Amino acid sequence: MSTDTRTYPGARQPDRFRQVNADNVGIAVYEWGRESDPVVFLVHGGSDFARTFDVFGPLIADAGWRVVTWDHRGHGDSDYAEMYSWDADIRDALAVMTSTTDTAAPVVAHSKGGALMMQLIEASPYRASRMVNIDGMPSKRRMPDVPDHDQTRLMANEIGSWLDNRHNAATAIRKPGTLVDLAARRAKMNPRLSIEWLEYLVTVGARHEADGWRWKLDPSMRFGGFGPWRPEWSALRMASLPIPFLGLLGTVDEPMGWGARARDVLPWIPQGGRLEVLEDIGHFIHIEDPQRVSKLVLDFLS
Amino acid sequence: MSTAIQTISLQHNRITLALHQLQDGAGRPLLLLHGLGESAVNIASLPLSWAGPIWALDFTGHGDSTVPRGGGYSAEILMADVDVALRYLGEATVLGRGLGGYVAFLIAGARPSLVRGAVIVDGPGLSGGSIHATSSSEISVAGPRVGQAPDPWALIELSRDARPPNYAVTFTHLAVATSGLDDPIAVTCKVSPPWIDAIKAEAGVMTDITMQDALDIYAAI
Repeated sequence: MSTDTRTYPGARQPDRFRQVNADNVGIAVYEWGRESDPVVFLVHGGSDFARTFDVFGPLIADAGWRVVTWDHRGHGDSDYAEMYSWDADIRDALAVMTSTTDTAAPVVAHSKGGALMMQLIEASPYRASRMVNIDGMPSKRRMPDVPDHDQTRLMANEIGSWLDNRHNAATAIRKPGTLVDLAARRAKMNPRLSIEWLEYLVTVGARHEADGWRWKLDPSMRFGGFGPWRPEWSALRMASLPIPFLGLLGTVDEPMGWGARARDVLPWIPQGGRLEVLEDIGHFIHIEDPQRVSKLVLDFLS
Repeated sequence: MSTAIQTISLQHNRITLALHQLQDGAGRPLLLLHGLGESAVNIASLPLSWAGPIWALDFTGHGDSTVPRGGGYSAEILMADVDVALRYLGEATVLGRGLGGYVAFLIAGARPSLVRGAVIVDGPGLSGGSIHATSSSEISVAGPRVGQAPDPWALIELSRDARPPNYAVTFTHLAVATSGLDDPIAVTCKVSPPWIDAIKAEAGVMTDITMQDALDIYAAI
């Protein structure tokens, strides 16, 4: 099998790469733009990776920003960790921010990254000057651990399946395939993104080994899950944000989306913040329409 | 652990868990779960009587088990530690002190066919963290003891993990619905944080009972 390569219109590899030691977990950090330009942080979502910003990041950098982003632990080129948690992701983010600048910088975060950053900013408001949250705002969608009697069986299945996965995690490896195979698999989770883009993502988010391509994402990680977290807690954090805020929301549900609607989000928009709803667009707003979203973001940052 | 008859190493993802046998015997095993910041050594001294084999598990980051890099603890991960131990032991009665009591309770709901009674005893880490949204705090370093057991990240994260009462009630329902036991959970502790208050009001939870009486009831099943 050959080591295929792909290009994609507007996609540009980062200008710089470095690794940050976050409590002995290596975090892969990428940058576009001049080091002397003001910093803006881009934060990816769950099961994603920093190089998904390969189009969006350069658009921001070319407008005069030093764009800094990173792979969360277990994602992309960051180390696999023994354990993963929300708080650990936030600590890793603080390590990257501290390694970059001592002053408050804007944060543009997608999906789970948006919710992570809302918690980080609530705890460490001196770190962020503005926030753009791209479809990472709390939804009223009920979590599977809601203790209604009719959900007990669903919950039991979810926990049992999660525990079974933990048993197999030590020896789990991702299924290999051709570049085209991996793109087709991802298309099931990203049905609105073009195959050309997904094939490009394989070349930067997967490793090519003797038996084919494998996504870099830690195979011990599992999509979804359960736990005591309640979406309304994230809503309270959003309302408490003390910095200028722009929320971006699509209107088309996708498998990796949170199903948030404007009516869910609007009551919790922080004082002075605003919500932009983009019609006929899915969860990956900045990938589906990078030109429009980068313009919205740059206007907001200016 | 010097007082153990034998110690078994079990693999939970990238963590190697130490499971110590404290007592030999025939019949169903009793699995002991220590409190936050403790280890099997501490809970081995609990004064109790059990005819069958007794085992004690060192949770991730505690005792002789692996101390991971960079934290990321949750009570649910420790529940998965116990699930790994149960896969080795088979059906067992589980007794937990403090944090171990909460984990014993969780696994009773998660694996109701394997847990023949969960006994909750007072000890470190019983209450846990918030039951609702609280202000977030910046904690970016765990101090100079990082890498040593008990893992400082475990002490920080597992004393702050959220335990909403309705989440706990869900696990009670799971244990009652599938275990086949009338009372799969026994609350013997004096301390009663909100999650325990909530489950004490549920069917299938024994209250006003001593640790030994609860063990005797489960031993007879």
